[in-house]
Amino acid sequence: MNETNTFLLDGEEIPFTPGQSIIQAATEHGIYIPHLCWHPEFKAHGSCKICTVKVNGRFGSSCTMAAQAGMNVENRTSELDDKRRTLLQMYFVEGNHFCPSCEKSGNCSLQATAYELKMVSPHFDMFYPDRAVDASHPDILLDFNRCIMCSLCVTASREVDGKNVFSMGGRGLLGRRIHISSESGKLADTDFALTDRAASICPVGVILPKRKGFAVPIGERKYDKLPINLQVSEETP
Amino acid sequence: MSDNRIIDAVLERHGRDGTRLVQILREIQEQLNWLSPATLTHIAEGIGWPRAQVSGTAAFYSFFHTRPRGRYCVLWSDNITDRMLGNTDLMDAMCKKLWLEPGRVSEDGLVSVNTTSCTGMCDQGPALLVNYRAVTGMTLQRVDEMAELIRTETPVADWPAEWFAVQDNVRRAEILLAGNFAPGSALRAAHERAEVDGLSASNNRSFRESLPHGIAGPMAMLDEIQRSKLRGRGGAGFSTRFKWEACRNAPLRADQERIVVCNADEGEPGTFKDRVLLTSYADLVFEGMTVAAYAVGATRGFLYLRGEYRYLLEPLEAVLARRRAAGLLGKSILDIPGARFDIEIHLGAGAYVCGEESALIESLEGKPGRPRVRPPFPVTNGYLDQPTIVNNVETFASAALVALHGGDWFAAIGTKQSTGTKILSVSGDVARPGIYEYAYGVTVRQVLADCGATDTLAVQISGPSGMCLAEDEFDRKIAFEDVPTAGAFMVFNTRRDMFEVARNFSHFFAHESCGFCTPCRVGTTLVRNIMDKIANKHGSPYDINELFKLHRLMQGASHCGLGNTACNPVFDTLNKFRPAYEHRLLSLDYEPAFDLDAALSEARQMTGRDDAGAHFAAHSPDEAKA
Repeated sequence: MNETNTFLLDGEEIPFTPGQSIIQAATEHGIYIPHLCWHPEFKAHGSCKICTVKVNGRFGSSCTMAAQAGMNVENRTSELDDKRRTLLQMYFVEGNHFCPSCEKSGNCSLQATAYELKMVSPHFDMFYPDRAVDASHPDILLDFNRCIMCSLCVTASREVDGKNVFSMGGRGLLGRRIHISSESGKLADTDFALTDRAASICPVGVILPKRKGFAVPIGERKYDKLPINLQVSEETP
Repeated sequence: MSDNRIIDAVLERHGRDGTRLVQILREIQEQLNWLSPATLTHIAEGIGWPRAQVSGTAAFYSFFHTRPRGRYCVLWSDNITDRMLGNTDLMDAMCKKLWLEPGRVSEDGLVSVNTTSCTGMCDQGPALLVNYRAVTGMTLQRVDEMAELIRTETPVADWPAEWFAVQDNVRRAEILLAGNFAPGSALRAAHERAEVDGLSASNNRSFRESLPHGIAGPMAMLDEIQRSKLRGRGGAGFSTRFKWEACRNAPLRADQERIVVCNADEGEPGTFKDRVLLTSYADLVFEGMTVAAYAVGATRGFLYLRGEYRYLLEPLEAVLARRRAAGLLGKSILDIPGARFDIEIHLGAGAYVCGEESALIESLEGKPGRPRVRPPFPVTNGYLDQPTIVNNVETFASAALVALHGGDWFAAIGTKQSTGTKILSVSGDVARPGIYEYAYGVTVRQVLADCGATDTLAVQISGPSGMCLAEDEFDRKIAFEDVPTAGAFMVFNTRRDMFEVARNFSHFFAHESCGFCTPCRVGTTLVRNIMDKIANKHGSPYDINELFKLHRLMQGASHCGLGNTACNPVFDTLNKFRPAYEHRLLSLDYEPAFDLDAALSEARQMTGRDDAGAHFAAHSPDEAKA
């Protein structure tokens, strides 16, 4: 490894391979940068902004910024974690997130990140949006109340499954949503299958297999065992 | 003709090319009135794109309708300047005349009435769009007459022509608006500047790959741009020469070409100078684009025209045709064999964010206008991943004059760091609204004097995303080094309420946020809701602190300029006009947003009651009086 290819992350020297993003280099070395829309298997999306860091005094997304030799990156400072907590609160008020009744509870990146960042309330007034549930598919339920618009299902369906079942369309808080590739807009009218990569990629509880709720008892779920910041090398679901 | 034959004809005309989807959707909607699920399926099959991508794109643009719309679709421009000219009352009157609720299509599918973001007619408002045709100067009488024409289903083409008249209102001209430009003169000057050269040589990438003689003309043109110190007129002020040179030097892969894009998506509320340049000075703009193509070695050009200026499409096409006939565009420009460059016009469809250059390129490629992750920048990876320059309409017009008169001539105008002139779109509380061209360095006070503004309280410069200046700042200068601007100059006199100005802008940003990144998608709506809470007299100092907190977050964490600047008007007015906020606050530390009385509004609507018994007891002393 070229010795000059390192940068400082919260004071710690991190080696990197040229072309890697900041979060890729950090993840490779077991360091947690909070994130939601980034997934190690895919090209960065850069929308959630939870992975915002401060690089040489300026804010930037660690998933889209290339690591560069000598850069000074701040990650888990109170300033940045405060901002991340506010962004998480924004997620919680723009959707309908009822953790106690959600099948994904305990295995949910949004919930685990909120615990990690010590979010104790949604803070802002809830929007309570009216979002439809799609139960048309024989094997899969789509509950868009929980969608965080990370686009991981869009990418997985396109790049791994070669199907293009989903697309992120529309504009703004009310308009932006997942579009489904059928004239009816229903999942049943697509070739989506439970075995698709896209069926297991959702970091929250939108894409759920039917007839398999709450299969893992409390205490044994993914984030019951270890908090999210200690599962850096683990693949997100 | 059946729907599918209409759709197929449009698809054929566009070579079934999905990258032209925004144009395909617009042209089909113009004929079929709306984009039904079956229409979207047929288009998706025709271009071979996933259906979800087609519906997702259609849903992104405000001017595309994926649900039936009225046969008459009336959209009132809702900029603060339209508000000041009374658009709210006029729209209410129109809705009453037509027995309509705003935003709802009438039961018989005849008409819908709603608001839209600024249509760029601030100097001749209140303005509206009817079936996406611009109407200016609305009055109560016109509302009555228009409602009658709608009720009798008179085709819009048969409506009084004077309603659709758009004035240039050029009040002050310097070099750009002087109007004595001879088409072709700038290109000839650029070509003659080098002794051995042809436009054909402009395709050579750089001096590294070619004989110095062959590129002498383009390099000489770049030298003139450098000497002129021309900077981008879209507001950011980036060096035009750096942008052009980076594009010229960007490597081309096989089958690639360099692209010149003119950004005429003039969406910043309060700005309308590009409309005037494209109405009466189109040759200057197109010539500037051709000069740019010559300098960077581009062979393809686009004019991205905002959907609100749809009425300019045919006149601009005519200008392009005339220039082709005159040998100023096409395959052998100025009779130089192989020298080719042509310009195509793409229309936007009601999305402010497409003014951001990478979002604009996404839209040109048939996608939702979502700003890209940068780097890479468009100069290396732009339209269909090809080297692309995107410049403002006024930048190209200025570049044409640099080609014609030389960089030194241009640099002698304005200030040292801001050379040339700036066209200001002046509207609001002034005697003579319209277009004013000044050499850079003019003071705000001078502009106010020239346009006949009296008792001025504040000026919003460069639109909602710009700066709000109070009286003690009127000696500041319009220049990149002091008060930079894309051109908007909205004037408010002492009888105006700056809180309402900022609230109008907060609604604008919430409507126009593309929704890609969390801080902007949610933050713009949170800001809007807090501003509405304060307007409804439920605000407290706590809410003011929340606004500051959201400003700090959105400014640093947003994906693009829209989110980064969306809180500017709130921040500026909070700092400079705090009493406008404070007199609305309840003198408490905290007030819940939940409003018991408002929660009953649905029940009141259902029962048709609005008497005292259908309300909770008055909340504030003010309301008690009422």
